[in-house]
Amino acid sequence: MKKLTMKKATLQNFTNYGIILLFFLICGPLNDVGGFMTRSLEGQLVPICVYIVMAVSLNLVVGISGELSLGHAGFMSIGAFSGAVVAGVMQNAVQSEPLRLLVAVVVGAILAAVFGFLIGIPVLRLRGDYLAIVTLAFGEIIKNIFNCLYVAYDSNGLQVAFLSSSDIHLEDTGRFLINGPQGATGQDKTATFFAGILLVMFTLVVVQNLIRSRTGRAIMAIRDNRIAAEACGLNATRYKMIAFVIAAALAGAAGALYGQNFAAVTPSKFDFNTSILVLVFVVFGGMGNITGSIVAAALLTVLPELLREFQDYRMLIYAIVLILVMIATNNPLIRGWIEQAAAWVKKLFTKKSTEKEAGNDGI
Amino acid sequence: MIFLSHLINGLSLGSIYAIIALGYTMVYGIAKMLNFAHGDVIMVGGYISYIVAHNLGWGAIGGILMSILVCTVLGVLIEGLAYKPLRGASSLAVLITAIGVSYFLQNAALLIWSPDPIVYPSLVDLPWMSFSIGDLKVSSVTTVTVLCCVLVMALLTLFINKTKMGKAMRAVSEDKGAAQLMGINVNGTISVTFAIGSGLAAIAGVLMCSAYPVLTPTTGSMPGIKAFTAAVFGGIGSIPGAMVGGILVGLLETLAKAYISTELSDAVVFAVLIIILLVKPAGLLGKQVTEKV
Repeated sequence: MKKLTMKKATLQNFTNYGIILLFFLICGPLNDVGGFMTRSLEGQLVPICVYIVMAVSLNLVVGISGELSLGHAGFMSIGAFSGAVVAGVMQNAVQSEPLRLLVAVVVGAILAAVFGFLIGIPVLRLRGDYLAIVTLAFGEIIKNIFNCLYVAYDSNGLQVAFLSSSDIHLEDTGRFLINGPQGATGQDKTATFFAGILLVMFTLVVVQNLIRSRTGRAIMAIRDNRIAAEACGLNATRYKMIAFVIAAALAGAAGALYGQNFAAVTPSKFDFNTSILVLVFVVFGGMGNITGSIVAAALLTVLPELLREFQDYRMLIYAIVLILVMIATNNPLIRGWIEQAAAWVKKLFTKKSTEKEAGNDGI
Repeated sequence: MIFLSHLINGLSLGSIYAIIALGYTMVYGIAKMLNFAHGDVIMVGGYISYIVAHNLGWGAIGGILMSILVCTVLGVLIEGLAYKPLRGASSLAVLITAIGVSYFLQNAALLIWSPDPIVYPSLVDLPWMSFSIGDLKVSSVTTVTVLCCVLVMALLTLFINKTKMGKAMRAVSEDKGAAQLMGINVNGTISVTFAIGSGLAAIAGVLMCSAYPVLTPTTGSMPGIKAFTAAVFGGIGSIPGAMVGGILVGLLETLAKAYISTELSDAVVFAVLIIILLVKPAGLLGKQVTEKV
């Protein structure tokens, strides 16, 4: 093995890019050839990318910035529905599908960032559990508002109504882009696995460079000791806001991609449970650990599919696995056993082969 | 008169939220954890009372007592198996475990009782408790719910303030380490807290299903979140706060449903919550803890 002279941080960054590239190189051709993957697993490829982006962006808020957010799915739904409107408007005007997808994702990200900023102003004034409950409240409010929102499009342009669709008078050629509780319907499915991988790569570039930058260090300093950081002249609210808005924008982009992956998405898809699901990915993978978020998001998205043979029992097993892993990784006693076992395995390993496994420790 | 009837409905719904919120707030005050599985214990309480009262034919009283018993045991079991190994771990790890327990309860209920909704015949059918003033009719469920809430509140306050166990609870919530040094059995105290909280959840389950008679494996999750909101409303960790918060959330929700829009009622409740937290960051009756360097 080549001696690694790269900095540990750089190595970690490239490990993450490498994982995604590997994932793409393995799953891409398998998907094209067909037959290797079940249909349901194939359908999971774009959602896996979406959830990786969601997990990495939430990790920026929860792990790096240290604020528990329970409403991340709200930003996802802003992205999904604004993306759906933009894509619906462009459906006939623009022929190129990737271009439509790109515009939808960009618009979704920008709108989610704007809302992230507006929500961040009150939210970031609070601390701890109170901040968590307010993000939960905002997530629920966003879901409720989309449940009452009607947007339609015809040759006269966009029509928007709230609470009831009876105010909208459409021409024959017009159609509803957002139809209240039914959500966005009749979409072209423009999202592809390649686009998903691109978005994940973009997210990694943004988040990892942010973490290693001066701003990122400031954010982590505030997380570790807010009072000391403020005494050093760091504006805590400003840096927290930077992390929160970037995470919201990335979640919006992920939401837009998710929305464009299905013919129909409903507002109830982006409820409290989805926020929690993403939080589970982050905590499962390890707070502040980007590699962990990627692996956990991919594994836990696929796990229910892999457990399909257990049929009705699969979500039960999922729950038990979740509890057991949390206990195993957090209980000091069991953690001690695991470390002992790891040390023993390592000893066994180094005895048998003289080759050094320097790369294994970096992850 | 219509307004008055909405007010009474809101009071009844609020009383249910208050009883659930008491469980949240006690557990939070003592174990410093958000027990997300609390809402699902309500659902279990509903199912147990239904099965015992109707399938086994033990009657309403038997159903209610059995469901309180089963939920209390369940609460202690959950605490012992899932939360106790995580004592001292980061609060997020405990939160995720609680979510895991919540998934577990929901899916176990799905397997045992199937996803088909059950129409729950009211267990609280006492005609002498219902009364009417003019056009205003108050059902027995409403009266019993409000009375139950007041009774639970009074008993709990007495228990916390007057008994030895209550004193231990207050000590543990103040300072776990110091309490242990004073010879208080911290783990035992936490178990008792879970037992009481889960027992209350069973009562809330019976009352809720009697008032809103549809029971599915996910029945508990939304009231759970609302009651959690209510607990934060009043200042989490504070018992009178949970009461005030629960009743406020119930009133707000009912009035918003009646006068603004059914779909937006939740949004209104959450919006008011956000405003209150911005003005009083520790909730209505919570105490502001100043941070020491």
